[in-house]
Amino acid sequence: MKKLINNPDDVVREALEGMAAAHPDLLTVHFDPTYVVRADGVPDGKVGLLSGGGSGHEPMHNGFVGRGMLDAACPGEVFTSPTPDQMQAATEAIDAGAGVLHIVKNYTGDVMNFEMAEEMAESGGIDVRSVVIDDDVAVEDSTYTAGRRGVGGTVLIEKICGAAADKGYSLDDLEALCTRCNDNVRSMGMALTSCTVPTAGEPTFDLGEDEMEIGIGIHGEPGRKRMEVEPADQIVERLMTPIVEDLPFKDGDDVILFVNSMGGTPLIEVYLAYRKAAELAEQHGLRVVRNLVGPYITSLEMAGLSITMMRADDDIVELWDAPVHTPGMRWGA
Amino acid sequence: MPLTAPDLHAWIRAFADRVAEERAYLTKLDSAIGDGDHGQNMNRGLSHAVDQIDDDASMSDTMRTVAMALISKTGGASGPLYGTLFMDAGKTTAEHEELGTPEVAALFRAGLNGVQRRGKAEPNDKTMVDALLPAVEALEDAAENGTPLSEAIQQAANAAKKGMEATTPLEARKGRASYLGERSKGHQDPGATSTYYLLDAAATAWSDRA
Repeated sequence: MKKLINNPDDVVREALEGMAAAHPDLLTVHFDPTYVVRADGVPDGKVGLLSGGGSGHEPMHNGFVGRGMLDAACPGEVFTSPTPDQMQAATEAIDAGAGVLHIVKNYTGDVMNFEMAEEMAESGGIDVRSVVIDDDVAVEDSTYTAGRRGVGGTVLIEKICGAAADKGYSLDDLEALCTRCNDNVRSMGMALTSCTVPTAGEPTFDLGEDEMEIGIGIHGEPGRKRMEVEPADQIVERLMTPIVEDLPFKDGDDVILFVNSMGGTPLIEVYLAYRKAAELAEQHGLRVVRNLVGPYITSLEMAGLSITMMRADDDIVELWDAPVHTPGMRWGA
Repeated sequence: MPLTAPDLHAWIRAFADRVAEERAYLTKLDSAIGDGDHGQNMNRGLSHAVDQIDDDASMSDTMRTVAMALISKTGGASGPLYGTLFMDAGKTTAEHEELGTPEVAALFRAGLNGVQRRGKAEPNDKTMVDALLPAVEALEDAAENGTPLSEAIQQAANAAKKGMEATTPLEARKGRASYLGERSKGHQDPGATSTYYLLDAAATAWSDRA
């Protein structure tokens, strides 16, 4: 294992210390229990927005804490769910009297830990709701009863819900919006290489020099199939087709198109892939009204990319355009 | 002699020791069909739990302390599952000074119900339920037959072992292993394995209790 780290056990803590040092204007990092919270406090009467999950997907979620997006995030160990005591402490920190919404990616550990946190917070008198994100079309819902995984759609949803909370949405309305966004977003990813969890020291899986895995999750879980590497345009088509067919997106739909690097794929290749993804979207009669390109939900140093598409009405586009200022995403502010 | 608080402490310490010993094996099982952190996570949670045990604490306080330690230090899915098991099982001890076979059966039944409420797993989903359910049924049969505790808990451990072994051919329907579908067949479930240790630790710790 060759990594720019000190001790594998200290990676998460030292990275958080770095974030705190780099962005004191935007966020504060608490330890024991560990959570990241916006530096300027939650305005009175605003619904608090919390997400969290294993580390190793940076900038998600810690990098989305600030103004106009998440109020707090709970990082776990690399690829391991955070624990309810972290979530409870963060929930209490961001409750400004209007309740707190938890955005949870659909992984067994995450769902159970958030569920416990929700029970604990409610017994403490805070109104907490949670929405589980499950946008990964690579997992066949009917066969695998753990259900679809939460992947790239989470990034778009955190931005849109952050803007809505800022705008004064009630907890009920925010929960409904979050659910509607999840219903209208689909994603699929692929990997050219594996990644190495620092404490494991070895690659999570083996992928030959000429092989790729289609339908990969964000922790190196297996995908739909393993096959020989193809030209980028064909790979993009392999991801776009199931996405378009699954919702289904219809001729004339407005969409937000998000092409994401898994961490190891350089932007030059991500833009090359975006070019084809946008072309295919148009061929399906879709209007790409907004887009996002770059590394936003990563799997450590894994090479590969994921594509996410959300059907967007005027409300969603307006919320997307609202000012956001976080370490990982910034515009209009 | 029925169980009192020190017997629960001894059981939890024996469980922690067993998981520490088998840590590498649990991780190996989990690497095959999960994300390879079960041994490490359980060991971290249980060593914290053992540190928190107060020798003078009551049965229900002990169970609650262990539950909270597991919930806050284990992570992954095992933290909430084992945490809920101890939390719900512990509630049944509140009204008793000591536990015999029927009370131990009720304790594990409450733990099983908690695990199923939290994880929504059914039998044969290839999870810890497949080891825990047969153990609970063995304890309930033993309670009905008036079997002394030492014997009853040994029967429960044997049933858990059988249940654990029977997970090997199953296709996983819960947890990260379920993403493997067919490819999860042929591997023993790591959660069912640690649950067998939980029961076997009780059988060891309570071998002279009635």
